[in-house]
Amino acid sequence: MIEIGIEIEYLPYIITVLLIASIYAIFSLGLNLEWGFTGLVNFGHVAFLAIGAYTTVLLNLSGVPLILSVIAGVALAGLCGGLLGIPTLKLREDYLAIVTIGFAEIIRFFLLNEEWLTRGPMGVHVSSRPFEELIPGDYNFFLFPFVLGVLVICYLLLEKLVKSPWGRVLKSIREDEDVPASLGKNVFSYKIQALVLGSMIAGFAGSLLAFYLQYINPRNFMPIETFYAWIAVVLGGSGNNRGTILGAFILWAFFSGTRFAQGYLPFSPTQMGALRILFIGLLLILIMMFKPEGLLGKKEELTLTK
Amino acid sequence: MPMLSVHNVEKSFGGIKALDGCSLEIRKGAIVGIIGPNGAGKTTLFRIISGFEKPDSGTIVFNGEDIGGAASFEIARKGLIRTFQIPKALTKLTVEENLLLAPQFQYGERIWNVWLRPKDVKRQEAENIKKAHALLEFLGLLHLKHEYAGALSGGQKKLLEIARALMVDPKMLLLDEPFAGVNPTLALRILEWLKELRDRDNENDGITIMVIEHDMPKLMQLSDYIYVLNKGKVIASGAPEEVRANERVVEAYLGGA
Ligand SMILES: Nc1ncnc2c1ncn2[C@@H]1O[C@H](COP(=O)(O)OP(=O)(O)OP(=O)(O)O)[C@@H](O)[C@H]1O
Ligand SMILES: [Mg+2]
Repeated sequence: MIEIGIEIEYLPYIITVLLIASIYAIFSLGLNLEWGFTGLVNFGHVAFLAIGAYTTVLLNLSGVPLILSVIAGVALAGLCGGLLGIPTLKLREDYLAIVTIGFAEIIRFFLLNEEWLTRGPMGVHVSSRPFEELIPGDYNFFLFPFVLGVLVICYLLLEKLVKSPWGRVLKSIREDEDVPASLGKNVFSYKIQALVLGSMIAGFAGSLLAFYLQYINPRNFMPIETFYAWIAVVLGGSGNNRGTILGAFILWAFFSGTRFAQGYLPFSPTQMGALRILFIGLLLILIMMFKPEGLLGKKEELTLTK
Repeated sequence: MPMLSVHNVEKSFGGIKALDGCSLEIRKGAIVGIIGPNGAGKTTLFRIISGFEKPDSGTIVFNGEDIGGAASFEIARKGLIRTFQIPKALTKLTVEENLLLAPQFQYGERIWNVWLRPKDVKRQEAENIKKAHALLEFLGLLHLKHEYAGALSGGQKKLLEIARALMVDPKMLLLDEPFAGVNPTLALRILEWLKELRDRDNENDGITIMVIEHDMPKLMQLSDYIYVLNKGKVIASGAPEEVRANERVVEAYLGGA
C-alpha cells in the first residue's frame, strides 16, 4: 500500500525530470553539431534558446497560430545564427566565441529592458500549448512523450547528416580547414550551415521549454544555460550525438538528485545551489582525468597527432 | 594557350621577399619540375597559385581565366588541386574518409539531398568508394582503409595526400615534394603512373602536373621541363639535360649539394 502511494507521488516528478532532460538534450544536440562536428566555439548558445522561446510565446500571444509561432521562433533563431556567422566565420581565429558571448548577453538585456515587447523582468505567460485542450489531467504526461519524440527525430536526422558527405566536410573543417578548401569545399558556407542548423535546433528547444515552463522570463536564459549544454556535450563525448543525449540526462538526473537530497542535508537552498555547481566542476575534472574523451567518445582519437 | 601562366608575381613577408618577380608558363599536358634551394620560394609560389596566399602583385592565369585573388576553394573547383609539403591528414577521419572527402559536387554535400534523396547519395558514395579503393590498392594502403589517418606514418601520409588529390580528377596538380619520405620503389611506380595519367587520352587530354622535388634524379626522370627558383626568381629553365648543364644552377643548387 505504502509502496504504491510512493510510486504515484514520484511519477510526476520523474516525468518532469525526464522532460527537462529531453529539452536540454535537444538544446545540446545543436551545440554538438557546431562544436563536436564542426569545431565552432559558440559560448552564446542560450541566446537561440531565448529567441525560440520568446518568439513562440509572443507571437502566439498576439494571435498567430501556435504552429506558425514555433516555426517563426525556429526560423528567427536560425537567421540570427547566420547573421552572427557572416562577420565572424571568415576570420580564422575564434572570434565566434567572443561574439556569441556578447550576443547572448545582448539578447538577455534586450528581454529585460524592452518592456513594451517582452514585459521585461516580469516575463510572459504562455497563452496556449500544443493540444492542451485535448489533454486531461497532468499536461506533462503528454508533453514528455511529445518532446521525447522530437528528440528522437532530431537525433535521427542529425545522425543521417553527420554520417553523410555533408557531415564529412564538417569533420574535415574541424580537423584542418585547409584540406577541404584545397579540395574545393566552401568552408565558410558549411560553417554557416552548421551554425544556422544548430541555432534552429536550440530555437526549437526554446519553444518546448516555454511549453514546459508556461511562464518565461529573462532569468531562464542566463549564461550558465550555455554551459550546461557544453557540459552535456563534453561529458558524453564531443562529436557523439548519443553521448550528448546521455550527458544531458546525467546532468539533469544529477540536478534533481541534489534537489532531492536537500531534505537530508544541513544546507540552505542557496548553499545547495553553490554546492551543485561545485559538484559539476568536480564531475568534469574527474571526467577529464579518467575519461577525457567523454563517456561515449573514442579513446583512440585522443592519441592521434596532426 | 598555356594551362597555367604566372607573370611577375611578388610576395613579401615582412622583410623577406619570398617571391621577387616570378614568371613561368606551363603548357597543357606537361609535367614541369620546380627546383631550388630551401627557402627559394617554391612552396610560397604554390600557395599563391592555389589561392592560399594573395600575391602582392602579378597575375596568374589558369586555363584562360585570371585566378589572381580568387579563393582557394574556387580555384580548386576549376580543377587546380594542390597537395601540402607537410602532409595534412585529417587525423580523426579514416583513410577511406579522407579520400571520400575529395570528389567535388557530391549530392550528399547538400543537407536536403541527404534527407530527401538518400538513394542518389548512396549510389554516388558507392562509386566513390570503389574509386578510392582502387587508388588505395595501387598505393599499398588498402589494408589501412578503416584506420584513422592520424595513425599513418609520415610516408603513408604523403601517399594519402596524392591519393586525395587524385580522387578529384583534377585538370592540373600541384605536388609539393610528393616523394619525400616515400620508399624509392613505390616512388618510381607513382612516377610512372603520373606519366600514364598525363598521357591518358581522356576528355581532359590528360592531366598537367607541376611538381616541387629536391630529388634531382627523380625529377629529371619525371619532368618534361624544369624551372629553377632561387631567392624568389626563376634563374634558369629548360629541358632536364639543359638545366643540369647550366652553370648558374649548379652554382645555386646542385653545387651546394
Ligand atoms: N607565412 C610566412 N611568413 C613569413 N615568412 C614566410 C612565410 N611563408 C614563407 N616565408 C618565407 O619565405 C621564404 C620562402 O619560403 P618557401 O616555403 O616558399 O620556401 P621553399 O622553396 O618551399 O623551401 P623548402 O625547399 O625548404 O620547402 C622563406 O624564407 C620563408 O621563411
Ligand atoms: Mg617548400
